[in-house]
Amino acid sequence: RPSDTLTTLKTESETLKTKLEEERAKLHDVELHQVAEKIEALGQFVMKTRRTLKGHGNKVLCMDWCKDKRRIVSSSQDGKVIVWDAFTTNKEHAVTMPCTWVMACAYAPSGCAVACGGLDNKCSVYPLSLDKNENLAAKKKSVAMHTNYLSACCFTNSDMQILTSSGDGTCALWDVESGQMLQSFHGHAADVLCLDLAPSETGNTFVSGGCDKKACVWDMRTGQCIQSFETHESDINSVRYYPSGDAFASGSDDATCRLYDLRADREVAIYSKESIIFGTSSVDFSLSGRLLFGGYNDYTINVWDVLKGTRVSILFGHENRVSTLRVSPDGTAFCSGSWDHTLRVTNRFSYARLLVNWSGSHSVITPL
Amino acid sequence: MTINTLSQDGVQRQQMPCLTKMERMIISMQDPDMGIKLRNQRLLITVIPHKCSISDEEALHVGQLFVKYGYIYPLKEPRNLILKADDSSYRFQTPYYWMSTRWPASELDYAIYLAKKNIRKQGELIEYEKECYNALHKRINHTWDFVVMQAREQLRASKQRRKGDRIVLECQEQAYWLVNRPPVSPEHYKLTTLTKNTIIEHNRISLARNRVKSSICLESYVKYCEQYQPHDPIMQGCLPSNPWITDDIMFWNMNSETVALPTKLRVERWSFSFMELLNDQMGRKEFLTYLEKEFSAENLCFWQACEDVRHGETAKIPEKVDEVYKQFLAPGASRWVNIDSKTMEKTLEGLKRPHRFVLDDAQMHIYFLMKKDSYPRYLKSELYKNLLARAIVPQETKKSVFPFMRRQRHSSPSPALATQTAEDDGKAKDESR
Repeated sequence: RPSDTLTTLKTESETLKTKLEEERAKLHDVELHQVAEKIEALGQFVMKTRRTLKGHGNKVLCMDWCKDKRRIVSSSQDGKVIVWDAFTTNKEHAVTMPCTWVMACAYAPSGCAVACGGLDNKCSVYPLSLDKNENLAAKKKSVAMHTNYLSACCFTNSDMQILTSSGDGTCALWDVESGQMLQSFHGHAADVLCLDLAPSETGNTFVSGGCDKKACVWDMRTGQCIQSFETHESDINSVRYYPSGDAFASGSDDATCRLYDLRADREVAIYSKESIIFGTSSVDFSLSGRLLFGGYNDYTINVWDVLKGTRVSILFGHENRVSTLRVSPDGTAFCSGSWDHTLRVTNRFSYARLLVNWSGSHSVITPL
Repeated sequence: MTINTLSQDGVQRQQMPCLTKMERMIISMQDPDMGIKLRNQRLLITVIPHKCSISDEEALHVGQLFVKYGYIYPLKEPRNLILKADDSSYRFQTPYYWMSTRWPASELDYAIYLAKKNIRKQGELIEYEKECYNALHKRINHTWDFVVMQAREQLRASKQRRKGDRIVLECQEQAYWLVNRPPVSPEHYKLTTLTKNTIIEHNRISLARNRVKSSICLESYVKYCEQYQPHDPIMQGCLPSNPWITDDIMFWNMNSETVALPTKLRVERWSFSFMELLNDQMGRKEFLTYLEKEFSAENLCFWQACEDVRHGETAKIPEKVDEVYKQFLAPGASRWVNIDSKTMEKTLEGLKRPHRFVLDDAQMHIYFLMKKDSYPRYLKSELYKNLLARAIVPQETKKSVFPFMRRQRHSSPSPALATQTAEDDGKAKDESR
């Protein structure tokens, strides 16, 4: 009977899974915080918001930095996509998408275009025109087509290819000019919510996270799932590579962030606290990888010491869920977007500067 | 959380008008004067065509929908949710179990229902019900005591009813669950078998993988964080100052691609890894200068050309690959690259049908050649050491005496402008011809 075969397969699957866990455990000879014991603790950080970007009329769902380190693109629930010079807080471009819930947006590496999509199940590319009279929507290119909502998108190393993830459970790689699908990635058992490209030398892999609680690493050329990790207890909302490319962090509805090492092939750290009850929506590393920033559904941002596993800061600026968070390309600040309609650019508050200002004299003091 | 949970309400909102319409019809069918003749709590469907001015076929179709959505249920073959145009018996479902009132069907209620059945039939549930029961037991294990207690209570209460009522209630409940939790089809088994096979294959491959000891992996993070800490503005600040804090964009200007003299930190960073050198446009240029002195510049050019193929437009791949072949791979090519014979053979074979990744092996070979040989020598070279010595260490920005005086935040030309200007220049050139 078909149900008998299924039962046998289920048992075989379970047995293999257990064996896999045993093998993974054999080489786990030390915990991260033990290795980190010899490093100095960081102490508590104070963070300060440097810019607040107001202009969206509804929940901000996604944002991305331009390579010029100061411009950003953001998208919101009401279908608006805005390009800002975050440094001056000026809005430079605005597009109204034909759909609501624009959950994904990305800046092209050249800085000349943006990609976005959401409930329209598509990913479209808008070349940025400096002609104020030109309607950006006129030159819009429809690139990706999924059978369910678009959850995330990003350009690969050039403006010519886009990687997408969707509520239809798949990821796909597309050629922007022709709209042709170059590769598709099947393996998630539910909605895929996020993805990130690996900063590796060979530049051929990416990681995705989904509602099946799995994080999968994919080979972009063959479409194969190379590795997968299933330790989260709920949907994975965000994945981000550690700057060296040897590991990645994930943020989940189970209120934890986790670090997975690709060479050890296992989870190596969990960042959580009893007092953190609500899910993590987005994560990103500081430039050196020492800090992990997490935006949460309880309106806060928690900053973690990646090596020691402790929390070094908690920010209370936003007045609603934090939905998106990215560190700028040169690590000078991070930007968070929220359901409170705003985006905030934040970095560390420096006590040394305060001292210098009040005393009126100057001296070269290394910032704390 | 996924947007689909929001659209579930959307689905109900879409379905409500249909359900409301169906319910209106069902109610009028049960009208004692105008409705269908009932016989001892059972009804015969043949009467429908008289009441609604529609064809027999359409009446049957509408009737099918009623059965499918659980407003009428068959008595003889309860699992067969279809309407037959014969004299088989059906019964109207009680409004308590209508879709509009009890949607979505809750997991908890289903668990209680299965538990009751389990107790009554002493473990003799049907296959798919058994599976659901076990899955539920696992999923909502924390409330299982409540489930069993409720099941027992409901069974006890039903025992105190009249037999006739009890049978009707059981039928109603069963019908409700047959609609809301239909048994799985053979297709479902096929699909699940396929998925399971893929998972098993994946797990087998994973088992065979080479893993690295945790101590080695974790130690590398400590080293990486330590090495990059001076470059991390949030950890250790940046000189002359962080633009977001002081509104002074010197930091960005001093680190731009076209600056005359780079900063010391920047040049130091090129020594961290070959990728760091290549990722910085200025670093790449310096490296190219060095390679030219060594007469091996074609390696870097080849690598760049391959990158262009890999990340460029699909339509342009054949012509680009052809160019690469002519310049770098063909015998007697002007910038011939030294690839081992095996890789060369494989590449040339692949060139007959050029695709995005056809040059990957050759590119990787040249990349590692540069990484292992030219790169370390570059770091020891006079060219690099000279640059490092001349590189700038910016002075920290002087603070204004009055902390309230804010610098003007200067805007910068948009990256999109560069392309615009290039396009405009191109147009002007064409016009002037």
